[in-house]
Amino acid sequence: MSVEKLVEGILSGKRRELARLISLIEDEDAIASEVLSRLYKNTGHAKIIGVTGPPGSGKSTLVTRITTEYRKREQSVGIICVDPSSPFSGGALLGDRIRMQEHSLDDEVFVRSMGTRGHLGGLSRATSDAVRAVDAFGKDVILVETVGAGQSEVEVIEIAHTVIVTDVPGSGDDIQAIKAGIMEIADIFVVNKSDLPGADKKVTEINAMLDTDQKMGTWRPPVILTNGRTGEGITELVDMIEEHFAYLASSGQLEARGLRRSREELEQLMEYKLTRELLSTLRGRPEYENAIREIALRREDPYTVAERLITEFLVKCRE
Amino acid sequence: MSSKKIRVLVAKPGLDGHDRGAKVVARALRDAGMEVIYTGLRQTPEMIVRAAIDEAVDVIGLSILSGAHNAIFPRVMELLNAEGVDDILVVAGGIIPEDDVPMLKEVGIAEVFGPGTPLQEIVDFIQSNVKK
Repeated sequence: MSVEKLVEGILSGKRRELARLISLIEDEDAIASEVLSRLYKNTGHAKIIGVTGPPGSGKSTLVTRITTEYRKREQSVGIICVDPSSPFSGGALLGDRIRMQEHSLDDEVFVRSMGTRGHLGGLSRATSDAVRAVDAFGKDVILVETVGAGQSEVEVIEIAHTVIVTDVPGSGDDIQAIKAGIMEIADIFVVNKSDLPGADKKVTEINAMLDTDQKMGTWRPPVILTNGRTGEGITELVDMIEEHFAYLASSGQLEARGLRRSREELEQLMEYKLTRELLSTLRGRPEYENAIREIALRREDPYTVAERLITEFLVKCRE
Repeated sequence: MSSKKIRVLVAKPGLDGHDRGAKVVARALRDAGMEVIYTGLRQTPEMIVRAAIDEAVDVIGLSILSGAHNAIFPRVMELLNAEGVDDILVVAGGIIPEDDVPMLKEVGIAEVFGPGTPLQEIVDFIQSNVKK
């Protein structure tokens, strides 16, 4: 399928073209970057919400409920859910859709499942570009559900405006709540399965953790009790997401985030391209292979060789 | 990790009450390195086709035990055709009488796997018949 056809299809709301593009992104096909670069100016309109938390804490159900609420508010929704790929076979069982049946025929909802394909951090390498594709497609709200996160899968903060961290009653004590990692990235905490015993205690523990947070800005993450099964607390949650977004805009953080994100992305891309360029001039050349052998035999050291090769490369570039 | 992966939608159309077989097959495909999207029970043909398009799958595996295959499978194929989808391999499994198989193949079901089919046979069939 041609670049032209993909770009046109996505901008005119054809879901098949969007789905194709996401696959090309996942397969790291060269066409994908071409299409994304054409779409870039049409992005930046969607509100991006990350949902993370431990396996079985009700993330998929919550995403479905949030979608229902946004549909009531006449917003279109894109959903990207990430599940783990097997470290052994590379295969994956992507089961988040099972909880999302009620939206399965809604034209204004697009759901896509992704495997992590070896990437750590709670998302897949392709997630950020997939979100961008859905953004260009014109969805008002994009929900990104991470893999069941343990403690350090915090990458979702890099792509979401608002991060929701879910927890459930009875999951560890107050020490768990003050550990570093996932507990630090929440803009909103959700204690889901509020009908289970210990729900109020969980809320208290999270609030106690927040009370001792010295570096908190002007936004104190609220803790909201929800029940994914009955839908209790969801309206409040969506109101709070909206409030957080308004806060980001009025405090200037939205703009600051945008700049930070653009810088990171540009630098990552340059690093990637530059490395690829450098290596393509080196790999397979006998001097290079020989230098590697010398390093292995301890007759040369990698620090000096790296310095030398990069200097040579830069000199050649100037010529 | 960057090579093209086969994506499979394992779908349960109709009113079946359990999905043990579908789960066993899903697991085997996962272990063969495929990305398997499982829909859960009681899917309509419309839901299956929509999911297949959004997920850009290469294969749809339909599992049915209730005997409604002669109505549901042709409907799935009809919807796929209406959407202009001709690059998805569709296979089926479950309780399907041999007499019904020729008609199902005629509407475009590539293969029908009955009870007792070795899992490797399904994996091999998919790997050698995906359309891209």
